[in-house]
Amino acid sequence: MKSMRITHHPVLGKLEEKREVKFTFDGKPFSAYEGETIAAALLAHGVRTLRIHEEKKSPRGIYCNIGHCFECRVRVDGKSVVRSCITPVTDGMSVESGMLNVSASMKGVKP
Amino acid sequence: MIDLVIVGAGPAGLCAAIAAAENGLKVCILDEFIQPGGRLLGQLHQEPNGYWWNGIEEAHKLHKKAVQLGVDIHLGVSVYDLQKAEKGWFVYSSDKIFESMCLLLATGASETPIPVPGWTLPGVMSIGAAQVMSNVHRVKPGEKCVVIGVNVLSLAITRELQLCGVEIEGILLPHPNLVSGESADPERVMQSLLRLSHLAPSPFIRFGGKWVTPKLAVQFFPKKGFKMWGIPIQVRSRVLSILGEKQVEAVRIANVTPSGDSIPGTEKEISVDFVCIAGGLTPLSELAAIAGCPFQFFAELGGYIPLHNEYMQTDVQGLYVAGNITGIESAKVAMAQGKVAGLTISKDLKALKDITKIEDAVKNVVVTRRNAMIQFHPGIEKARTELYNEFSRSRGKMISI
Ligand SMILES: Cc1cc2nc3c(=O)[nH]c(=O)nc-3n(C[C@H](O)[C@H](O)[C@H](O)COP(=O)(O)OP(=O)(O)OC[C@H]3O[C@@H](n4cnc5c(N)ncnc54)[C@H](O)[C@@H]3O)c2cc1C
Ligand code: FES
Repeated sequence: MKSMRITHHPVLGKLEEKREVKFTFDGKPFSAYEGETIAAALLAHGVRTLRIHEEKKSPRGIYCNIGHCFECRVRVDGKSVVRSCITPVTDGMSVESGMLNVSASMKGVKP
Repeated sequence: MIDLVIVGAGPAGLCAAIAAAENGLKVCILDEFIQPGGRLLGQLHQEPNGYWWNGIEEAHKLHKKAVQLGVDIHLGVSVYDLQKAEKGWFVYSSDKIFESMCLLLATGASETPIPVPGWTLPGVMSIGAAQVMSNVHRVKPGEKCVVIGVNVLSLAITRELQLCGVEIEGILLPHPNLVSGESADPERVMQSLLRLSHLAPSPFIRFGGKWVTPKLAVQFFPKKGFKMWGIPIQVRSRVLSILGEKQVEAVRIANVTPSGDSIPGTEKEISVDFVCIAGGLTPLSELAAIAGCPFQFFAELGGYIPLHNEYMQTDVQGLYVAGNITGIESAKVAMAQGKVAGLTISKDLKALKDITKIEDAVKNVVVTRRNAMIQFHPGIEKARTELYNEFSRSRGKMISI
């Protein structure tokens, strides 16, 4: 997949080189620039679907990108409801789309 | 104890912190984003004299100054509750409870969504989301897009997307529904476009702004739209729905009559890989409600506004507001308001060295407002006067209780 990074910008200039860190999303390895958000790092690799809706099962991605709407929520190192658009990636972080561990009631199944 | 806790490290919060710290106050700013600067970070506008307003650079300057003055800035910290203490405030955050004498809410604005069938598909985002993705994170949200909603913010940001190499299929009207309101009415939209004639490189808008009524302009509106910076603006077409299996693949559009009815048989699909929704801005003011501030509705200012005066004081003792929480305006106005708040708080805590500075700063807000390149609404100044009058009336009542 082609990188979506804007390396040259006519007004903002050249993209600064930053240290790379590694993380996983649903078990798959990805790289990110140190300090960037989970949502930006995934989109740079063309990943748009961050979770599956708990009831409707429809794919969801970022909407507001500034922490207001909670559409981008993921599970990070076991902690749920983390907003991927305002959470920086750290080295070795494990990010999950949140659908792997949802409870039966969240899946709409009577326990 | 901290003298002043500020929620929000946008232009208003940073400028308030600078003014307060210059007068010797101990200031702490809390912000949930990864960088200081708020929505200023994404902004990139060319002013009529050709100068580029580069929000990242402006934010860096303010941040550096605040740090030099000893302001303590905590990033990645969300504030979710407030409680009035006997003397001052308890501020509940995702990090810890902060305690301070005074509290300034500079939380800015949020975007109003316009629901469209298919809008939950990955690849549909608010126009501000696309701005932050491309200008702050430097990641392109997609290759080809359609923008839903014709307004000053969508025009400005679509141009920024074009600078990043995104292909713009057009800026179109939304489908009329309970939420989209006036933004789906061609004539109302034309009216607001004509007000932007000072920005317009397009002869259609420049000419229209001076001589033509919105009604006539909509009737003579070129069928294919007209272009501004090469971007097709179509106030005679609307997006009916967004299509795609797992992510955005296309939009379905139709032409509309000047009065806003869809023309049967004109429906067609355009293939795009992302869609931006531009529904306008509204003050992000929940924390002011929690703190017990009274509110009043002002359409010109973008919604419900916590009552306050020109010195940025609210009805609640020790609580202040500045920036877009007081009404939607551009970053320069937010900066000027922040300075007023910082000075007023210094005065209220008996730390202000030069009292004449406050009146100068208040005047500067008015001048900055009049000179602002991006005017979000023509009635801002009048609405502000009404708001301040309302504040003095309600305060009179409060004091007599
Ligand atoms: C998405 C978007 C795009 C915009 N683009 C433009 C533009 O291109 N041009 C223009 O002139 N104006 C634009 N604006 C208007 C913009 O609001 C002003 O220009 C200016 O940035 C307002 O400054 P502020 O300091 O009031 O708030 P902001 O700049 O919005 O800063 C508020 C800060 O408060 C933080 N915050 C809010 N709530 C909390 C909380 N509970 N806990 C912790 N932190 C919190 C936020 O993370 C943010 O950093 C935009 C607004 C938005 C919402
Ligand atoms: S996309 Fe809205 S909170 Fe992250």
